[in-house]
Parts: sequence; structure tokens; C-alpha cells
Amino acid sequence: MTALDNQTEVRDGVDRETVETVQSMAGTYKYGWNTDIEMDYAPKGVNTDIVRLISGKNEEPEWMTDWRLSAYARWEKMTEPTWAMVHYPPIDYQDQYYYARPKSMDVKPKSLDDVDPKLLATYEKLGIPLKEQMVLAGVEGAEDVPAEGRKVAVDAVFDSVSVGTTFQAELKKAGVIFCSISEAIREHPELVKKYLGTVVPPSDNFFATLNSAVFSDGSFVYVPPGVRCPMELSTYFRINAENTGQFERTLIIADKGSYVSYLEGCTAPKRDTTQLHAAVVEIIIEEDAEVKYSTVQNWYPGDENGKGGIFNFVTKRADCRGDRAKVMWTQVETGSAVTWKYPSCILRGDDSQGEFYSIAIANNYQQADTGTKMVHLGKNTKSRIVSKGISAGKAQNTYRGLVSMHPKAKNSRNYTQCDSLLIGGDCGAHTVPYIEVRNNSSRVEHEATTSKVDDDQLFYCRQRGMDEEEAVALVVNGFCREVLQALPMEFAMEAQALVAISLEGSVG
Amino acid sequence: MLEIKNLHVKLEEEDKQILKGVNLTVGAGQVHAIMGPNGSGKSTLSYVLSGRGGYEVTEGAATLNGTDLLDLEPEERAAAGLFLAFQYPVEIPGVGNMTFLRTAVNAQRKARGEDELSATDFLKVIRAKAKDLQIDAEMLKRPVNVGFSGGEKKRNEILQMAMLEPKMCILDETDSGLDVDAMKLVADGVNALRDAGRSFLVITHYQRLLDHIKPDVVHIMADGKIIKTGGPELALEVENNGYADLLEERV
Ligand SMILES: Nc1ncnc2c1ncn2[C@@H]1O[C@H](COP(=O)(O)OP(=O)(O)OP(=O)(O)O)[C@@H](O)[C@H]1O
Ligand SMILES: [Mg+2]
Repeated sequence: MTALDNQTEVRDGVDRETVETVQSMAGTYKYGWNTDIEMDYAPKGVNTDIVRLISGKNEEPEWMTDWRLSAYARWEKMTEPTWAMVHYPPIDYQDQYYYARPKSMDVKPKSLDDVDPKLLATYEKLGIPLKEQMVLAGVEGAEDVPAEGRKVAVDAVFDSVSVGTTFQAELKKAGVIFCSISEAIREHPELVKKYLGTVVPPSDNFFATLNSAVFSDGSFVYVPPGVRCPMELSTYFRINAENTGQFERTLIIADKGSYVSYLEGCTAPKRDTTQLHAAVVEIIIEEDAEVKYSTVQNWYPGDENGKGGIFNFVTKRADCRGDRAKVMWTQVETGSAVTWKYPSCILRGDDSQGEFYSIAIANNYQQADTGTKMVHLGKNTKSRIVSKGISAGKAQNTYRGLVSMHPKAKNSRNYTQCDSLLIGGDCGAHTVPYIEVRNNSSRVEHEATTSKVDDDQLFYCRQRGMDEEEAVALVVNGFCREVLQALPMEFAMEAQALVAISLEGSVG
Repeated sequence: MLEIKNLHVKLEEEDKQILKGVNLTVGAGQVHAIMGPNGSGKSTLSYVLSGRGGYEVTEGAATLNGTDLLDLEPEERAAAGLFLAFQYPVEIPGVGNMTFLRTAVNAQRKARGEDELSATDFLKVIRAKAKDLQIDAEMLKRPVNVGFSGGEKKRNEILQMAMLEPKMCILDETDSGLDVDAMKLVADGVNALRDAGRSFLVITHYQRLLDHIKPDVVHIMADGKIIKTGGPELALEVENNGYADLLEERV
């Protein structure tokens, strides 16, 4: 079989997956179960004591505690931003838990038998392979068990804490550090001190500042000069505990000439009450290095009447510090009641490149305000934005993008393509592009389209035997193809399935 | 196989009657042809039978092997064995032709309680059938009908039919836009599928297709009704004299 045929076969497999998943899920949020695990909570609310407590639980050095406290002092004086096209009831920041962790994490289990079976069941439902499940559950020696198939190193963050990182040993051999951020603060303080807050400073914005004060865990990656990370790195974030905010912090450093691909997946149980999620992701890319960062965000979106769901306020930014540095953001945003998220690229190095591929789906009462910022500072910098927004039900979907060419960014280029697809007549799509060009050798191109799902296409699919939901999923997946193709294969499958699931009930 | 009785259809949105009492019975294994002037309601008939929206059946019935078609969703009709080769095949950007067909084949198999076809088996079958229709591997990967030439779209419809193995095949002007060689390919494709358990309703304007696909019965449709039914010689008569005499006869 030729290489091309292989690809077709896999792509075909992907599609069958989609269909199977749609049919087996019929009308419900797949990850909506809740794991009944004994948790340790810090008291509700946020104040300097809570900040100290989180820092203490993570056994942090004093400089880190001080860093958090100064962020907290700043946050107290800030007000929530209101410019996004999203509406939600006021959030009571004192009515949230800022720290929760499974009790079973206190003592390391010796074998799978000692692990809280509910925690294992959670991972299994999330589709994490067994070997990874063992490592994640903290089973001693699990690292040495041979793994089947393709390698993906996984870090899982369950509510506030990272519960384990797989393949640490193998990564260490390559010189790659992949661990929880709390571990990095303890074990690699020089790296954390050097880079933390240098891309998203603690003063950046309301949500980022809050995160800087109370972040409980997240992932840390350091790829040394010239190293190509030997496997995909991935993090699963899951909010389980009720009334708990999740504030994770991710820091990725790709040193000169290195390469890493990082995947992030998120789920949360169904709850009537809304839950807060305010993450910060910082990526530093040195000379000739390349980072691919992919997200499949599937937090609970709330029910069909708009009750419950995750409020997702995220600050993600990549800094192409060195010349010829490259970053590619790919995101599939299907979940959350409210999404506020603009993964950005600072193209500081000459000839650096930033790409942003996005699928944002909003159904029922979901609201998404998402996009990117491409800030061109260096000469000959290039950026490309491909955004696919899908709105259904009563949802509102906004693309908000900034392309800025600074005076020194001579001969720079941006291409933006922004397509919106509407399903039904009660939803909305909005495109808000901001463009600033402050030199005369740079060029910015912007194309935007808005269309409706075509009845003739749906009928054609149905005449061939697909039911209406399958037909919509197929047509929408076609609409998103460019972005889906930018994802690593494992995620492309999951993403296609998610597209289908998140559009359930949008037709008929 | 297919039984249409006194079918009356109007547009859902306006008060326009399009089919005005169509009667038609296609027996198992038979090939029927429908000819008729532009706008007489041939495509409308095929759409109503396959369940497209926008039409309202005001009177009459249509059954496929005894099952009431008009009560079923389009996909249920498809699973029951009804296939329509579209006069204007629809483009679906971003969806690979092969992915589309595999999704369709497996949806029908599932609806009928059969096992899904594995990727490998599917590939084997589709390669062989595509080859017969001279559809190359490249075209199988391209998005459904996007950028296909008129003739390629029609051949692609026949490929879909060959893959889905329906019982009742309606071909709406599949010969339009085909060059002489492509017409032969399509006709061969149809003839290869002819068997005792499968029937065809072939809508065409030209006798030429019927040289290749020999019909058992030919119907003439005008102004929403079948006005004359006969053997293959009826098609020849239309080819030579047009519809004027036939329409005259009627009044
Ligand atoms: N959705 C619609 N809106 C308005 N008129 C319609 C609609 N659908 C069908 N018609 C009308 O109904 C009549 C029958 O159309 P139909 O397409 O069935 O004809 P046909 O016999 O297939 O013609 P042709 O040989 O040109 O393909 C035409 O007058 C057409 O304009
Ligand atoms: Mg027609």
C-alpha cells in the first residue's frame, strides 16, 4: 500500500469514529459524569491566607509565595473586563474553592490495586491508555512497564493538582523536562524564575493576575538546545470537584533549535452551577526553535437551557524570542458556557512565524469570544490565521483578532481567513478584526465569509443514508477540514468526534 | 417493487401544483424510462420519492416493496433501498469522496442491522468499482463533487450507486453532459447492476441512453402526469417527432 493510501485509510477510520461516537452518545455531554472521590478542600474564597495556603501545599520556596502575593495585591485593585461579546451573571469570587485535591494523593499507591478505583475509572473514561493510567495514579514502578503502541507522555491535572506525569524517565534521557509546574518550582527553580511571567506578566489582565496569585498546578516543559522532543507531550485537565475554580499554569520553554508538540485536553462533569476556569499558558521559543500547541477544549458547556457550564477565561501567549522561531496554535473549542480566549503570538525575532488555526463551536446558549493576536515586531515575520466559527441553537460566536505590524517589522506578512457557519436562524456570528500597520513594506490580507448549512448538502447526505445529525457533522467537519488537518492525528479523531457531539440537537 | 398511485404534489411554500396524479408501477428487475418536456415534473417526482423537503403530498401514495415511502425520513428510504442519482449532484467542500461514501455505506448497513465494512474491505471494493467507471484514485480523495466536471459528477453518482447496491435506482438525467464514451461507461455500470432483485427508473431526454440501457417500459410525462406508456419504440417516436403529437393526442 502506498503512503497516500495509508493516509486515506486513517482518515477514513477517523470518520467512522465520528459516526460511532455520535451514535453512542445520543444527545448528551460525553464527559459529564462526576467522580465521587474524597477531596481535601481549602476553605471557600480568596485572600492572602488562601494564597499562602496554596503555596504551602505545593511546598514552594519563599520567592514564589511573594510572587503570588504581589499578584494578589494587584488583582484586588483590578476590575473584570467587559469588552468581550459575552454576557454572564456576576461571578462571586469569594464563593469558589481555590484548592481541592484527591485525598488518595497523600500516600503513593504500590500497585494498581491500591489506587482509588474511581480515579482509574475517570482516566479510563477519558480514553487514557492503561499504562498511562497507572503512572497517572501514581503507581510506583509503573514507568518500567512496557507500553503498547505510540508514545504520548501525559500529565493529568485533576482539579487543583497534577496527579502524575508519564514517561518521565525516557524524556529525561533526551534532556527534556516534563513535569507539573509545582514540581518544577521545587526542582528547577532557576528555569522557572528565569521564564515565569515573562510572556504573560502578573499584571497582564484581570484573569491572568488572579491566576498568578492562586494557580494550583499545571505543566512545565523545558526542551534543551537542539533537542527534538522524542514524543508528543500532553496534559489532561479535569475539573471534578463542585464549586471549584481551576487555575492552571503552563510554562513551555523551547530552547535554541529545539522542537516540541504539546497537546492539551479538558473536560468537566455536568453541574447546574457554573464553574470558573482561568488558565495561563506561556510559551518561550528561542532561536530556530519550534512549538506546536494544540488544544481540544471540551469543558461542560451547560445544558440546552443555558444552565451550568464552565466559564473559561484563558490567557495564552507565545513569545518567538529568537530569530526564525516558529509557533503554531491549533484549538478546537467546543465546550464551556462562556469562552474568552485569544492565544497570541509575539513575533519578536526576525523571520519568526506564528500560525493560529481555530475551530470554535457554540451551540444552545454557549457564548464564545475567541481569536488571536499576531504582534509583528521583527523583520520578515509571517503570520497566518485560519478561523472556523460554527454557531447553532441560540449561541453567539465572535472572532476577535488583532494583527499589528510595528514600525520595525519591515516586510512582514499576515494572512487571515475567517469563516463562519450558521446552523438555524437563532444564532449569531460576529467578526471583529483589528488591523494596525505601522510600516509601509508589510502586507495584511483579510478574508471573511459567513454561510448557512446548506439544505441541499444535508439532503444529499441523507439520500445516501446518513441521518440528519450525521449529515450535519459531516458537512461541518468538511467546513473545518483545514484546521482539523493541522492537528496531530490522535487529536484529529477526538476533535472530529467532538464536533459531532457538540452539535447534537442543533437540527430537526 | 415501486408503486406510485395517484400522486398529487404541490410546493410547500406556494400554491403551485406540480404533480397532478401520477400512476406508475415498476416491477422487480424491470427498467422503466421516463421522458417528457422540460418542467413536466420528472425531477419533482424523484425528489418527492426520495423525501426532499419543500413539497407537500396532497393526495396519493407511494410504496417500495409494500412499505409506505412517504412516511419515512430520507435516510430510512435510502436504507430501504431507494437511490437517486441527482440531476445536479451536490458539492460538499472539505469532505473526501471516499469518506463520504464510507460514511454512507456504513450508515445504511447499520440501519439494516448489518456489520460495518472495515476500512480495508471498503477500499478493496471501491477501488475495483472506481476502476470500472474509470474514476481514478485522485478523484476518490477529492472533496465530494467539488471541481468535478459535469461528466465526472455523473460518473461519481453511478459509483455511489454501485457501492450502495440499492434495490430501486432512480437516475435523473444521468446521461446529460456525458460524452459518448462516458455514456457507454455509465450504461455498462448500470447494466452490470441489473438483476432480478433490482429495478431502475431512468429519466432522460435522449433515446441514445436507451440504446445502451434497454428499457422494458417507456413513460411520457407532461404537465405533472404520465400521459402515455409503451415499449422502447415510444422513445424512438419521441426522438424522431418530439412531443407535439403526443401532447396533441392527449387533448
Ligand atoms: N421549489 C420550486 N419552486 C418553484 N417552482 C418549482 C420548484 N420545484 C419545481 N418547480 C417547478 O415545477 C415544475 C417541474 O419541475 P421539474 O424540475 O420537476 O421538471 P423536470 O421535468 O425535471 O424538467 P427538466 O427536464 O428540465 O429537468 C417546473 O415548472 C418547475 O419550475
Ligand atoms: Mg429535471
